[in-house]
Amino acid sequence: MDLVVQEKSLSEINERIRDGSARVVTAEEMPDLVQELGPAGAVREVDVVTTGTFGAMCSSGVFLNLGHSDPPIKILRALLNKVEAYGGVAAVDLFLGATQPSQDRGIEYGGAHVIEDLVAGKQIDVEAEGAGTDCYPQMELETALRLDDLNQATMVNPRNAYQRYNAATNSSDRTLHTYMGTLLPRCGNIHYSGAGVLSPLSNDPNLDYIGVGTRIFLAGAKGYVIGSGTQHNPQNNFSTLMVTGDLKKMSTRFLRAATFHKYGPSLYLGIGIPIPVLNETVARNTAVRDRDITVPVVDYGIPRRDRPSLKIVSYEDLKSGLIELNGKETPTSSLSSFHVAREVAKSLAEQIEKGEFLLSQAVEPLSRIGSSRPMKQTKESPNVGDVMSCDVVTVREDIQVEKAAKLIVSGSFDHLPVVSKDGRLMGIITAWDISKAVASGKIAKISEIMTRRVYSAMLDEPIELAARTLDMHSISALPVVDRDNKVIGMITSNHLSRLLARRR
Amino acid sequence: MNIERASIDAVSGEIVLEVPSEKCTEVKEAFERRGVRVVPLEIPVIRDENECVHCGACISICPTATFRFEDWLLVADSGKCIQCGACVVGCPQRALKLVLK
Repeated sequence: MDLVVQEKSLSEINERIRDGSARVVTAEEMPDLVQELGPAGAVREVDVVTTGTFGAMCSSGVFLNLGHSDPPIKILRALLNKVEAYGGVAAVDLFLGATQPSQDRGIEYGGAHVIEDLVAGKQIDVEAEGAGTDCYPQMELETALRLDDLNQATMVNPRNAYQRYNAATNSSDRTLHTYMGTLLPRCGNIHYSGAGVLSPLSNDPNLDYIGVGTRIFLAGAKGYVIGSGTQHNPQNNFSTLMVTGDLKKMSTRFLRAATFHKYGPSLYLGIGIPIPVLNETVARNTAVRDRDITVPVVDYGIPRRDRPSLKIVSYEDLKSGLIELNGKETPTSSLSSFHVAREVAKSLAEQIEKGEFLLSQAVEPLSRIGSSRPMKQTKESPNVGDVMSCDVVTVREDIQVEKAAKLIVSGSFDHLPVVSKDGRLMGIITAWDISKAVASGKIAKISEIMTRRVYSAMLDEPIELAARTLDMHSISALPVVDRDNKVIGMITSNHLSRLLARRR
Repeated sequence: MNIERASIDAVSGEIVLEVPSEKCTEVKEAFERRGVRVVPLEIPVIRDENECVHCGACISICPTATFRFEDWLLVADSGKCIQCGACVVGCPQRALKLVLK
């Protein structure tokens, strides 16, 4: 019979931490130890396993209390170094979100940068507009504050420390700038995030220890788990945490502002959670390796919520630097820093060894069932198929320019999709192409003057996406194609403007 | 000696030269004697050690494999850099700069 024997209690472990005899290892060292000693041996030898992660955590921010001015002000709108902070809480409380861009420098400086500047001890310019009430008469205020000048600066992050994260690639034919970094066209690279073997939640996948009230390492300070994070989805191994900590005790070594090109600001945070090796189950769970943690490689080239997964890979594959994708060796790189994740786990281990960090019993377990459902959208947005014209005239590539000109004049579009014998899209010809050919005196076949790189739309594509394609490439019409790339319609900027006009 | 890039307008001009390393000092002095400001481009891309967090976002986007990890610390082989600038915008910490641009 296989009995799970609880060999140690949390208070025994804390006792050892207090008298300096606790044996602490990082989650990177644990797998080999468990392999060598077996789970039971590891329980006897190891008291605490420290984890760590350091990466972009957009869903982060701080509550700041500025103190009361004289005359007092009830802040309606506040700018901190030109970054707007939410003032819809009490008079001089503000919430500053990490991803809020600034009004003067745009995404190059945002909420995350203000947070980093505060932690670095820099002075922040504050501009506030007041509501003007009998109790708070002040209407406007300007001041400059440092972290020390604030009564409280409390970090409260709705979603941090994802258990693991989908890797990203891009099958489209243009470079994408995303929150997963620069994704090169035609699956030219793969980006990933997360610490794998050191990931806090991957070392406690069943949430046996981590719960409400668990004391954690948050950017150098002692922080706490408040509860499960938003989009917490443990059924699919995508658990998340909501955490809090005192900004005044944090260090820029583990808190860094970032900007993702053409996306926005974000905050890199170091989070570490110590896991007490209470029993063999914990020992086995903390022996997880990079190769045991798998994620899908998701195609960001498809601009939809349900992006297709191209392959399942492990963190070991991702960290190797090269992954075979569609028969091609594809370079991988990380957006989170494994180097700093190690420093988090090591710093936490040192604090525990010195008796400065005690482990805490959760007051409530985290939910084993989460929710990461799609948004319920009550206002239906039309798809390309709902607004396109079906009476599209297509031509074959061997017709003369003159014939094409006649078709354009007699038809309703100034674009003619050029198709193969079986109706597949090969190119497009516009009234402008024909004018150019005529002006140059070169009356040729369509095949010589058509554009071969055609942007097209799909029937079930939301019109927002078709509009973005038109806008991005400065064009005015898109052939609509089916799954076999056969032309079935045409959508033009006229269709979209008509739709907008009718809305008003 | 190779001219890699040259741009000249009414008031100023700039050329990028590839020079064999043993001739470097000689060529530099020859230009300087004629009043030309010479910037050695041994390190075409500069990494700010204080800003870099060793994430590695620059690694897979570099067309010439300038960056790599050594025990998870970022190492740059600057000689490979062709100054395309992909890493400059791809670096979330804004830790990379091209010397000339």
